[in-house]
Amino acid sequence: MTALDARVVVRRPAFTLDVTLSAAPGEVLAVLGPNGSGKSTLLAVLAGLLRPDGGYVRMGDETITDVEARVHVAAHRRGVGLLAQQPLLFPHLTALGNVAFGPRAHGVPRTEADARARELLKAVGTAELADRRPSQMSGGQQQRVALARALAPGPDLLLLDEPLAALDVDSAPAMRSLLRRVVRDRKQTALLVTHSALDALVLADRVVVLTAGSLVEQGPTRDVLGRPRSPFTARIAGLDLIPGIAGPDGLRTADGILVSGHAEGVDEGDPAVAVFPPSAVAVYASPPSGSPRNVLPVRLAAIEPRGDTVRLRAGTVDGGPSWVDGLAADVTPAAVADLAVEPGAELWFVVKATEVGIHAASS
Amino acid sequence: MTSGGPLAPSKGNAARAAVALPGWLWFPAALAFALIALPVVGLLLKADWPRIPELLLSSASVDALLLSLETAAVATTLCILLGGPLAVVLARGRLRGLRFLRSVVLLPLVLPPVVGGLALLYLLGRTGLVGKGIDLAFGVTIPFTTASVIIAQTFVALPFLVVSLEGAIRTAGERYEAIAATLGASPALAFRRVTVPLILPGLVSGSILAFARAMGEFGATITFAGSLQGVTQTLPLLVYQQREEDVDAAVTTSLLLVVVSVVVIAVARPRTVQGVA
Repeated sequence: MTALDARVVVRRPAFTLDVTLSAAPGEVLAVLGPNGSGKSTLLAVLAGLLRPDGGYVRMGDETITDVEARVHVAAHRRGVGLLAQQPLLFPHLTALGNVAFGPRAHGVPRTEADARARELLKAVGTAELADRRPSQMSGGQQQRVALARALAPGPDLLLLDEPLAALDVDSAPAMRSLLRRVVRDRKQTALLVTHSALDALVLADRVVVLTAGSLVEQGPTRDVLGRPRSPFTARIAGLDLIPGIAGPDGLRTADGILVSGHAEGVDEGDPAVAVFPPSAVAVYASPPSGSPRNVLPVRLAAIEPRGDTVRLRAGTVDGGPSWVDGLAADVTPAAVADLAVEPGAELWFVVKATEVGIHAASS
Repeated sequence: MTSGGPLAPSKGNAARAAVALPGWLWFPAALAFALIALPVVGLLLKADWPRIPELLLSSASVDALLLSLETAAVATTLCILLGGPLAVVLARGRLRGLRFLRSVVLLPLVLPPVVGGLALLYLLGRTGLVGKGIDLAFGVTIPFTTASVIIAQTFVALPFLVVSLEGAIRTAGERYEAIAATLGASPALAFRRVTVPLILPGLVSGSILAFARAMGEFGATITFAGSLQGVTQTLPLLVYQQREEDVDAAVTTSLLLVVVSVVVIAVARPRTVQGVA
């Protein structure tokens, strides 16, 4: 059984959006794509705020949109919640009033709705702001309250429209871990639209990549982001990922090797993934000395020219860790010439601990 | 919604760094201010202060004040009841020719009120397009009654309410209603619990503007309703009549209108100004 099963066709002068996607109950699906790729249009159709030109949207066994059968369930009867980039809290209501709005609209009695709202405000860490108006809260606090409000009616599907994009650098990581806690860990079926590979990595089980109105890639988050196949994904993602368990100083891989890095919103012992950009990887022909660095033995699998830089793709060396397979290093053409290597050569990929982020991840 | 940066609107004047103004600007600005303020000062100087209580308490004066307040209040209520929905339709409606409708709504704003009064007379007068029917059906004649004063005031005041309210609705946008819908609120509930509270400041400022315009209405009223003490003679019409008979009385009544206007400004500021801008 699927929680969401949809085909959405919207024709616009600039592009035609035509995507088919589905989500299992409790799954978080990330939709990645550049500006103008149709992400927001897709969300508007799912939310019922826009009528598509073709296709259908089914949730569970209920059809909420079917263009051919002329079915269009109004937005307020769909059970589809929305958390947008801007918090858009109702300015005339307190935090509590905002969160209780959804349950009240569903006919829940006031005391019960208020109790539910308080519970949710507590869950998002803003219990003490219950009586404040939006104008008396920071942007990060408003977005937390907006999340509580979106969850309050118990939506069957929660749409997250770049929920971190408008936050400053200080509040974004906290909001990201909060989303992970209250959306992913609680098995809230959700669709996350984002530009950020990191958001997708931390929050989503599966990723679809949308470019110019069509899906160009899809699959489990780590596969898609670790080995992008479309130019867009490669540009925004193309991150080096190493799975393992979060430890005190970094990440412990399955074979016991420690990858040093700084943890962000992950507890020790939890499944995690070490993330770093290929541009942070230095490549040596012989093992370098010097401490706060991760030194990974690899066999050069491929050399891919990418404009100004050259991407070196790693393979496994005999007896070495298997998880280095697929790691990438972006170096200058001059550096490649200095190394004088060819595929098959044994190399060392070196990454400073400060460049490595340790993030929570599934499984 | 964190906005910052050097060009963000500052909340306190203290924090604001002044941008120097070109010096010549002060001269026309001072002249404009004098043009507005000095006539009122002239009125104050001209007033025969010892006679004021007597003049204010004259029956014509009291009748006119009460009639003005009463008719302006009813006209403002009509503006809200009729103009409110019109503003919503103009701001949100998806209709062909909406732009044309909007220009028509603005007509009373630019039309000389006398012309408006004449138009009303030919529409609602005993032989008028609609007035004839009303006369035949109900035996009621509208012109030169208190009702006609209210209609004339509503006619001239309506655009003030519609324009400022439409602006407020446009500024508020539809994003909050979309959010309300995703939270399960029906369109009617979203309108009541979200739209109306959001546009309330615009509605209040629009109503105050409409009330002020109705209080000051003269041209359309004298053409369509005449100047009958206690029935259609509002304060401005009284001033016009007294001007020929007793200048002191006219000045006193004018001062009364100035006081009413000052009260309106005090109540409305600064929202009215923002609402119109």
